[in-house]
Amino acid sequence: MRLLRILVIAATLVLGTGVAVFFVLTEPTRVPAAALGPHTPDLANGRTMFFAGGCASCHASSKEDRTRLGGGAPLHSPFGTFHAPNISPDPNDGIGRWSEAAFVTAMQDGTSPDGSHYYPAFPYTSYQRMETADIRDLFAFLKTLPPVQGRAPDHEMAFPFSVRRGIGLWKTLHLDGLSFRPDPTKSAAWNRGAYLVNGPGHCAECHSPRNALGGVVASQRFAGGPNPEGEGFVPNITGKGLASWSAKDIAYMLETGDLPDGDSVGGTMAAVVRNTRELSAQDRDAMAEYLKSLPPVDGPPKPERK
Amino acid sequence: MTIRTMLAAAVLVSGVTAVAAQDPIAERKALMKANGDQARTGALMARGEMPFDLAKAQAIFQAYADAATKSKALYPETAKTGGDTAADPRIWQNMSDFQAKLAKFAQDATEAKAKVKDEASFKSTFSEVQKNCGGCHETYRMKKS
Repeated sequence: MRLLRILVIAATLVLGTGVAVFFVLTEPTRVPAAALGPHTPDLANGRTMFFAGGCASCHASSKEDRTRLGGGAPLHSPFGTFHAPNISPDPNDGIGRWSEAAFVTAMQDGTSPDGSHYYPAFPYTSYQRMETADIRDLFAFLKTLPPVQGRAPDHEMAFPFSVRRGIGLWKTLHLDGLSFRPDPTKSAAWNRGAYLVNGPGHCAECHSPRNALGGVVASQRFAGGPNPEGEGFVPNITGKGLASWSAKDIAYMLETGDLPDGDSVGGTMAAVVRNTRELSAQDRDAMAEYLKSLPPVDGPPKPERK
Repeated sequence: MTIRTMLAAAVLVSGVTAVAAQDPIAERKALMKANGDQARTGALMARGEMPFDLAKAQAIFQAYADAATKSKALYPETAKTGGDTAADPRIWQNMSDFQAKLAKFAQDATEAKAKVKDEASFKSTFSEVQKNCGGCHETYRMKKS
């Protein structure tokens, strides 16, 4: 009897500690409003961030009108189906009542205004690299777009992925909280490209293999892999995959969707090009210069075509 | 050229056409490939990496228009699968939209051919016409795997 009691107490302690540790580790973090100094929004820069960030690809309700961000088409993944929410300035269904700090928190910490974790289908692992000023400009730009009523459906996630608090554990592995750090040995254009590609552009989110937990495999960043949306294969964009491309070829593809072999991009990359063609030629050249500098890395083997 | 070679050539050409007509998938692929070659030339000229040549520019648009027109008959119900095709089943679910896109491609290319005069007008017409490629490839081509 005594032994049993000790065992029960021990088990309770272990379990209790486990639960406590879980809650400490999974506590959503936020950016306090006081951390944001004075800022005059630059709407032109906000527009650049909007297109560099590809917001419309997931949040626009239709392909044609890319400024109505009422929530988009479902995004399928091995963990369930995501429905990108309404981020139009509608006060009830969109982000019309959000504070600036709440928006910065969403982009950098992946935490919602009500203090829960966003799923990393929202690519905050990349957006965390963005300059806070750029995020504030983006917020100001979003506020200029038309409000759209209506909410997207809830995500359809399988257990245990349906437990949002658990995303906190995932974040301890994949969200380092670091902003972009320029490489002073490289040119200004290279650094601008690196920033656009790794920050707002979030290219690596699709162009890298992911591990069993859905995290990008750091050693094979940009090396391509199975499409996270389930269908087909995403190309390697390191020096391995782009060996025969010039930087000009890359910039031209980002502008026109045309590939060096005369083919054109298809699938979701066509939507990406609808964003990148809105950027300045200078920004596209910078992205090209950075991508062209990536050392060759082998990605997962491409499956044989059926 | 002797009569004999001409005959042989005629037989060869008709033979090739006959085979292609029986195999819409192979013909589709050949047209896409030819379009790709034209697009490559066009891109080089549009980017100023190849000297502008009006005849070549017009030939590109003519080839596009011909290919688009021919393609309309190359997606019968009997050629949905096989032959390593990248044609997405959505083509047959949205055939009227798909046909409309081909018609628009043919029309855009024909108009571009009439409009192109010099390097500047080529740059703008070419980039407009090229949007037709992505217009179909986004939805109607299966992802490469």
